[in-house]
This record gives sequence, structure tokens and C-alpha cells, in this order.
Amino acid sequence: MTQPLVRPKRKNPLQRTRLPLSPQGVRSRTAHGLTAAAAEGRFALQVCLDCDAVVYPPRDACPSCLSARIPFRDVDPSGTLIAETTVQTSTDPYFRERTPWRVGTVKLDAGPVVVAHLHGDAVEGARVRLELKLDKSGSAVAIALPEKDTPNMADDPHLREMTCDPKFRRVLVTDGRTPVGQAMAQAFSDTGAAIVFVGLADAWKPFPGLDGLRKVERVEIVPLDMTDTESVTEQAEQNGARIDIVVNTAEHVRSGGIVDRHGLTVAREEMDVRYLGLMRLAQAFGPILRFRGADGVNSAAAFVNLLSVHALMNWPTYGSYSATEAACLSAAQCMRAELRPGGVKVLNVFFGPLETEWFQTVPPPKVAPATLANAVVRALRQGTEDAFVGDVAEDIRQRLAVNPKALEREMAS
Amino acid sequence: MPVPIDLLSFARAVANGDIRVIDLTQTLSQEFPTIVLPPELGQCAPFRMEEVSRYDERGPAWYWNNISLGEHTGTHFDAPIHWISGKDLPNNAVDTIDAAKFIAPACVLDCSKECAANPDFALTVPFVEQWEARHGRIGPGSWVLLRTDWSKRSYPDYAGLRDDGAHTPGPEPAVVKWFVEERDVHGFGTETIGTDFGQGHHFNPPYPAHFYMHGKGRFGLQCLTNLDLLPPKGAVIIAAPLKIKQGSGSPLRVLALVGGGTA
Repeated sequence: MTQPLVRPKRKNPLQRTRLPLSPQGVRSRTAHGLTAAAAEGRFALQVCLDCDAVVYPPRDACPSCLSARIPFRDVDPSGTLIAETTVQTSTDPYFRERTPWRVGTVKLDAGPVVVAHLHGDAVEGARVRLELKLDKSGSAVAIALPEKDTPNMADDPHLREMTCDPKFRRVLVTDGRTPVGQAMAQAFSDTGAAIVFVGLADAWKPFPGLDGLRKVERVEIVPLDMTDTESVTEQAEQNGARIDIVVNTAEHVRSGGIVDRHGLTVAREEMDVRYLGLMRLAQAFGPILRFRGADGVNSAAAFVNLLSVHALMNWPTYGSYSATEAACLSAAQCMRAELRPGGVKVLNVFFGPLETEWFQTVPPPKVAPATLANAVVRALRQGTEDAFVGDVAEDIRQRLAVNPKALEREMAS
Repeated sequence: MPVPIDLLSFARAVANGDIRVIDLTQTLSQEFPTIVLPPELGQCAPFRMEEVSRYDERGPAWYWNNISLGEHTGTHFDAPIHWISGKDLPNNAVDTIDAAKFIAPACVLDCSKECAANPDFALTVPFVEQWEARHGRIGPGSWVLLRTDWSKRSYPDYAGLRDDGAHTPGPEPAVVKWFVEERDVHGFGTETIGTDFGQGHHFNPPYPAHFYMHGKGRFGLQCLTNLDLLPPKGAVIIAAPLKIKQGSGSPLRVLALVGGGTA
């Protein structure tokens, strides 16, 4: 039984903040196939196309038949924990301050034997399921979870090291004016975040959701204008040291292409709200998030980007919008490298058209704001780094993987 | 024979305070409301500032900013070219307006009491005729400045936005036409975000202060402040917009000169 997490005491201001450390994160190029699976919350191992052997650890040739055709495929994560041990001390600085640490050997039903981190409820001899997680170094590790969910299992300290669970954490939702911002505030409140700061620009402009937002438990509305460097900086100075998860809900959705747009005013607004806004947030909140990556139960954990899936492939109907989203995706890749030393994850959540006013004329399927918000919370609890929400996002991802050129042509029609 | 004018005595009077200089300008700041149009239309950019350097590695001994804003952000001047009714007039943009027109006397119509409880106060010809009965006729070439004390309001009240649009005081169509045709005014200035009535898009013509003033080559000033410090008549306004190529307007510093005897 996992001890339920207790709300962390207020920090003793006389104590030094523990600095973040990373476990060893070097992987071979092939082994990053596991990282790719972990980033999306899938359990994938190499599978030999010639002899069907499931291969672990990652190799360049099948150990049974020497075939080089061994792509990563999703496989059954079930197995049995056949042996466990508890590491009492370590020469590795990261594990040294986290011992005792349990590890064990899992015999997968699919074949291989995997040395894995152990959830507290995974016991020797019992059935377990393996999950691939991104550890604080950003590389994939395996953790054995009990076969069926147990009470409070997300509170397990080993597991929590690998996830960004919002429970007891303090969240900043950058723009509360949009339906997505409001749904996000509700979802984080529901999941047990300690405080949900919700940014609001131009408070003199009324909007319909304000009263509802004020009623959400533990929501604190704060002034924040993503287009104003001073406003973002001031908010970080004010609350940056007590924000553990930043969720950027600032959006600027307008139809229109690159040729088929009249002038640059809207494009500038798009870039200002989205790309430059992201940069303002990153510069204001990034350094303190990275510094606080190991700051106890409510350590800084994640920076969440909500990205149109058309960041991956332009949708000419919303062509300039897509281009702006692509700029944000590129920035997010940079931020991952920059925040990884603090163990802070950059979660990119890709979505198709939303059930909001700016996609009014777009036919379904569309993603409801609450669906997107719940997907963000789920991804943080899982500790993934890329999530695709809704049929359109999933469809585009799959078509992109198969034939990007075909997708480019199809998006135009 | 031109009368010799002693400009140095004017300068001395400014320096020693006999002529008071009153700043009618709002500070250009990020928070100050700008005009809001329906979101599918083009928008006026709010004031923004990016630090270039502040005695740091980006510029060790100096502090400076890059700023961005719209022509109609903050306290600003409207040129005739701003409105479709003034688009074909000669010298209708801020760079081509005769510079002498940037200095002109002002009549200040105080309707602050009428507005205090009524954001939908509309200025009418009879109201101005009553003002003239007290203060004398509005002279040709005068700015007409509408004192509403709107500049003293909180931003939500200042913008006055409700689900049917802005509710802020302003002139009826008839009075604007009358200002131009019967009083030959220089322009019209307000404390509110625009020169027009908040619900002025429902007038005929819509936005009459823009339509009539600019249609006859007159000017606009908006987002003014400190109008309560001006006398009803006798102040001289210095309002020189930036010389923007074919600019439709410009943020500017608006100063009022008030002589000791007139206050």
C-alpha cells in the first residue's frame, strides 16, 4: 500500500534549496527507441521481423537470427517480478540522496528479462506491468507497477520522480480568458493542485467565463499579459518561486494563409501571442523552474505547450496560424534541452481543431476544451512528453509517419 | 503693419509660471486601454516596450527601449486621412498638415456632472448653446474639448465595455455637424478612448465625430487628461503629432498653456 502523499509543509526559508541532479542519461542511438516510446507513454521493444523474437536491451541485430530488421513495436507489458533487491547506497550522486531504492528483475510474458525500477506495491513473485518512463535525465527507464492499480499508487516516491503529477503542486495557467484556459483551471483544481494561478490580461475587458473561473476552488486570478514582457516578468518575480507547472494556454487562432492574408498585422499578433509569448514565459519562468527541479514534493516539474497538430504539417486554411505553431514547436524542442538539467519536462500536447469559436466553421471531429485539459493532466500524471489529443491529431500523426509528402498534398484539398 | 510680438516675454512667463503649462497627456503604458474592435477586424496595437539594454552586457553604459504601438494608442491625434470622409482632402496626413495648426485655442465644455451617473451622456446643440450663453461664442479655429472626468475612472469604467459595446459619453451627430459648419472649429478632443460616443456606431452617420470632423479637414484628440485644470476659454493647446509618412494619427504630448489672468 502506498503511503498517501501529505501536503508538503511550508518550506523552511533558512534551508538551502536542494539542487537538481540527474541519473545517468546516456543512451545509444538505438536505445532512444525506448525514449521515443516513453515520451508518448507507450511500451515498445524491438521485435524481429524475421523470427518474431522480442529483443531487450536494444540491439542493432536480432540476437536469435542476426536480422537487422528489428523495429520498435508496442508489445505486451505484462510479466512477473522474479527477483528484487534494495540498493542502500550508491556512488551516483542522484541515487545516493534517494536511497533506499528498489530494483528488480521482470520476466516479460513477451520473452525478455528486464531490470527495472520498482513501484512500492510491486512485490517479488507477483504479476506486474512494465512502463517506460522518462527519468530526470530525459532518458527511458522501465518501472514495474503492480498488475492492477492500487490505492494512492501515483504517490509512490519512485514513480513520482518520473512523473509530473499535479497533486499538491502549484500551477500557472497563463490565460484564463479562453475556454481552454478555463477548462484547464478546472481540471487542475479537480486533480488536487495546491494553487491554480490563472493569468488574466486587460482586466478591463469583460468576458463571459470570469464568474465561473472565480468559483473554481484554489484558483487565484493574477495579472498576466503574454504580449507584455514587463507583465510576464513581474508575474515571475511575484510568484515564480512557487509555481511548479506552467501551462501556456495563450492562443491566437485565425484562419487565412500566407498568400491569402491581407497584410501582416494578424501574423504579428499571432507571433507575439504565441512564439514571443512563449519566449517571454520561458525567460521569466524557465530559470527558476530549472533551479527548483528537486525542491521536495512540490518541486518544479513541467512546462506545458498546447500546440496545434498543424505545427507538424501546415493546414493552408489556417496557414499562418500553423506556421506560428511550428515556431512554437521548434522553441519547445530548444526548451527541452535547456530545462532538462533541472529535470523539468516540456510537455507538448498536440490537438486538432477545437470546439471553440475560432474553429466554428470547421466540421467535426473537434476537441472539447475539457477533453484537452483532461489530456494534459493525464499526460502530466503519466510523465510523458508528447501527447496527441483527438482524432484529427492522431490521424495527422499517423499519416505523417507514413508519407509526409502525401499528407502535404492532402492538407491542401 | 504687423504688430511686433515679444516672444521672449512669453518664454519668461512660461519660465516664471505666469503662464502655466498643463500636461493633457496620459502616460504611455502597457496597461492603458486601447480601442477594441470586433475580433475579426484589424486591431490597434497596444503600447509595448522591449528593453534593448540597461547598463548590462547588451549595452554597458546605457539604457534604452524599443517601443511598439499603433497610431491611435494612448493620448493621440487623429488626422483627416484617418476617416474615409477625409481621405481625399489635401494635406490630410500628420506629415503634411500645416505645422501652424498644431497650436490653437481651446474651449472646454464641462459635462462632468452630466456624465457622472450617465455614461451614455450625449452632447447636444442646446447643451453647447447654454455653454455659449455663459462663456460666449465658440470662436473659429478653436479646439472643442469635452471634459467628462473620464480620465479619472478605473480602467473597466473608462473602457465601459458591456455586452452591447462601449458606454462612454460623446457627441450626437447634429452637434458635430454644427461645430464644423456653424462654429468652424479646429477639432474635437475627448478624455475617452475615441472622440465618438461609445455607442456611436448606431448613429447616422456612424461615428459622427470622425465622419464630420475629418470630412471637413478637422482634427481629433483623445485619451486626454487634466481637462479639469483648464478654463472654459483662453487656454492654448500645443498638439503636434509625430511626422509619420502618410500617418493617420499619432500618439503625442498634448500641452495646454494657461495664462494667469484667465484661470
